[in-house]
Amino acid sequence: MAAKPKVAFYWCASCGGCEETVVDLHEDILKVVEAVDIVLWPVALDFKLKDVQAWKPGEVAVAFINGAIRLSEQEEWVKLLREKCPLVVAFGSCSHLGGIPGLANDKTRGEILANKYHLSPTVDNPEKTLPQESCRVDGYDLELPSFWKQVKTLDQVIEVDYYLPGCPPPPSTVATAVEAILKGELPPKGSVLAPEKSLCESCPRKDSKPDKLSISEFKRIGTSIPDPEECFLAQGYICMGPATRSGCGERCIRGNMPCRGCFGPTPGALDQGTKILSTICSVGEADTEETARAFADSLDDPLGTFYRFSLPASLLKHSRRQEEH
Amino acid sequence: MADAQFEPKIVGFLCRWCSYTGADLAGTSRIQYPPNVVPIRVMCSGRVDPTFVVKAFANGADGVLIAGCHPGDCHYQEGNYKAMRRYPMLLNLLDQFGIERDRVRLEWVSASEGDLFATVVKDLTEKVRALGPLNWNGNGPATAVGESA
Repeated sequence: MAAKPKVAFYWCASCGGCEETVVDLHEDILKVVEAVDIVLWPVALDFKLKDVQAWKPGEVAVAFINGAIRLSEQEEWVKLLREKCPLVVAFGSCSHLGGIPGLANDKTRGEILANKYHLSPTVDNPEKTLPQESCRVDGYDLELPSFWKQVKTLDQVIEVDYYLPGCPPPPSTVATAVEAILKGELPPKGSVLAPEKSLCESCPRKDSKPDKLSISEFKRIGTSIPDPEECFLAQGYICMGPATRSGCGERCIRGNMPCRGCFGPTPGALDQGTKILSTICSVGEADTEETARAFADSLDDPLGTFYRFSLPASLLKHSRRQEEH
Repeated sequence: MADAQFEPKIVGFLCRWCSYTGADLAGTSRIQYPPNVVPIRVMCSGRVDPTFVVKAFANGADGVLIAGCHPGDCHYQEGNYKAMRRYPMLLNLLDQFGIERDRVRLEWVSASEGDLFATVVKDLTEKVRALGPLNWNGNGPATAVGESA
């Protein structure tokens, strides 16, 4: 019997949810393990950098990398994995688009460190100590990875062959992708392994979406309960469906939650945020500049809402203040 | 920030029916106005996807002008209302990105208002000049990987 292909899983700035989706394959994980050898998986097994450095180039067929990139250590790991593996798959929203950690691109590095180590009410740090990249303790030189000014997507740091979108990617798309890789039946390099249509096309509430969306005021999930059958946008809830790629299995919609956009923009949308802005605002009841302004002002956080998962991958990528710090 | 040498780069999305014709009139009437606006003729101000504005900034524009027919005068009935409804939300969004409101202007200019077009361009150019270069992806961290400072 020929040796089983070897695969690697690695994580960067992520929450562990992507690892969870591998576990969520349930019994199917046995088929995966039967077909491949997992040679790197920090969440489950202990590995060191030197183990990976010892790999022969091409020995490990594919690396699935989740998480966004913000630390020099993450950069070192993903560059090493890129060097060793013929296939690199960006796994999940964070490595694909920046994801939730990417929202930090709205803040400066200084603000983040100050909040974490000085201002947070649960922090007791009278000497205002901040982590340093190098320091000397008891005669030892200690080093920490450097913390970049901004969050990057995986493909802003290394070349990526395929993208598995989602927060986390649903087990079915992972299984399909692994199968395609094993059989060598892969789409053109650079493809996102999900349908090209928008979520609205596969939405179970599609039929209740009006031809002309007209939102007069925004409703919020925290303060009202949406009707379980009707299109969220028709009800006034911001749903990212029109600007978001389908393929997720509409898990949120079935749970009576509007889409938040984790699958990223459809191929035709250059920028997920401005696309949904256009969809939501173009048609409405506002017919004067004053009412249009009042409507816009009623949404607290357009950036965080429209770019919840895609800020580092957007056209602007980060807020401007970051360039000044 | 203001630099005497700085010439703002402004992208102007002008509706084909009113504002582009208004700009033409400004020219044929020999009205003097700054050459900083690069006009792009679009069929309607309603065609100006907010993505165009953001892309202009990401690619080096210092300011953006969107000009269309006065409300009620749209060749397509209500395209300019779409532009009007998106504009304040776009400004709020750009605020969060740290792009000043004075860099983006939505203006209604009819085909007979060549003088108004010239006034708008003068005013916008001076406001953007005062704000200085935006230089979005110029020397910022967006293009450099791996630095820590």
